[in-house]
Amino acid sequence: MSPTPPAIRAAGLTVVRGGRQVLRGLDFEVPHGQITGLLGPSGCGKSTLMRAIVGTQAKVTGTLDVLGSPAGDATLRSRIGYVTQAPSVYDDLTIRQNLDYFAAILDPGRASAERRHENVTRAIADVDLTSRADALAGNLSGGQRSRVSLAVALLGAPELLVLDEPTVGLDPVLRRDLWNLFHTIAAERGATLLVSSHVMDEAERCHRLLLMREGEILADDTPDALRLDTGSDTVETAFLHLVDEAIAAGKQKETV
Amino acid sequence: MSPGTSTSSTTTRTSPTTPPRPSAMNYSRTTATAIRVLRQLRHDPRTIALMILIPCVMLLLLRYVFDGSPRTFDSIGASLLGIFPLITMFLVTSIATLRERTSGTLERLLAMPLGKADLIAGYALAFGAVAIVQSVLATGLAVWALGLDVTGSAWLLLLVALLDALLGTALGLFVSAFASSEFQAVQFMPAVIFPQLLLCGLFTPRPNMHPVLEGISNVLPMSYAVDGMNEVLKHTDVTADFIRDALIVAACAFLVLTLGAATLRRRSV
Repeated sequence: MSPTPPAIRAAGLTVVRGGRQVLRGLDFEVPHGQITGLLGPSGCGKSTLMRAIVGTQAKVTGTLDVLGSPAGDATLRSRIGYVTQAPSVYDDLTIRQNLDYFAAILDPGRASAERRHENVTRAIADVDLTSRADALAGNLSGGQRSRVSLAVALLGAPELLVLDEPTVGLDPVLRRDLWNLFHTIAAERGATLLVSSHVMDEAERCHRLLLMREGEILADDTPDALRLDTGSDTVETAFLHLVDEAIAAGKQKETV
Repeated sequence: MSPGTSTSSTTTRTSPTTPPRPSAMNYSRTTATAIRVLRQLRHDPRTIALMILIPCVMLLLLRYVFDGSPRTFDSIGASLLGIFPLITMFLVTSIATLRERTSGTLERLLAMPLGKADLIAGYALAFGAVAIVQSVLATGLAVWALGLDVTGSAWLLLLVALLDALLGTALGLFVSAFASSEFQAVQFMPAVIFPQLLLCGLFTPRPNMHPVLEGISNVLPMSYAVDGMNEVLKHTDVTADFIRDALIVAACAFLVLTLGAATLRRRSV
């Protein structure tokens, strides 16, 4: 059996936003069926990269293949679940009504009504909001709203989940539960997850890491290999080590 | 590419890996969108009450403002029956779609297999339904209770009111693309609606205006909405002018809706 092709493959990926080059010629692959963490300081281009992958970013040049098709291809729309940084749900609908609507867009028609109902119930249970299913989204706490947004992405069992900072502002217990959920989704449903974060301690929970800084990829490896290579105890010190190296290399280039 | 000689078994086997391309418009997705918009409204009873009651209260007020001259009430009242749905739907749609744009739900929807036409038709369907309720109540009140003297059929008044509501929805959707906040969206009301209100023939017959203004009023859609209402007011049967006016309003609504669809971009800069 041939090895599974990567879920995402980028070569020379460049994005210009507001006249500025936000991503500069990225080359990387995201393996299938694993959790890949996308880490880096705020403003380094994580969200732009994610938008390019889900196909909502304009001015993308270079190669970017997602699940075997070019990013933004219409056939990918039902196969990718995407959660933006700010929760994108309707505040004037209940949790269940929000999910009912998005489920009807993903899987329309009266024939699939029963399957839709099951998917909605399961997605609400996945994010642990069953007891609040009939509460208006606008009356929920920030963390609860972002979990509703995540539940929408879980509908229809997507093959690729792109999650932009899904655990920001959540308490430690919820964060742990969500990471357990991510691992369950990867292991049981064989889905690929790309999760961004600027909190380095979450990196330890990923199978692989992409470390980003100023629109470039500093490292693309497993957390263990990163720590080993840089002789660091944590991914955070490994990242700082790599940043220092990059800055030193940049200075050298300037002086030459 | 046609499957040619390939057997049905191979085509069914390949179908899960290559899902069908989403078509431009899907009936189920359109109705799901319309139901969602109406559900959002239902959680906001005050807005519903304002949309339904204000036209009725205004007509009541107007009736007694022109207590001594019922003829004036006839012509202004009929014009207003066409103008109310246009203004209400313009405001509601521009704010609703602006919220959709700023809350991130539009980006999320366009990353899903939803056609732009589904979204727009869903909005038009939902607000069209609200406009029907609004117009039925306002027309009923004006004709039965306030003694608005209509020569033609009240159904034709309703038809024009519905077309006006669609035009309002279309204009609201279109301008919401140029507003980056609710403040700006509300300011588009005087910018887009007031000039039409002044030139539509509500205050003085259009032929009495300065020729330049009359020329401008000839290209503004609200003029035809009001003309259509006045045709119903004065004639028993469906006149050729009425049909022309109704068609112009419908065509304008369709044109602006298409322009509005062009402002929904899947990829943002």
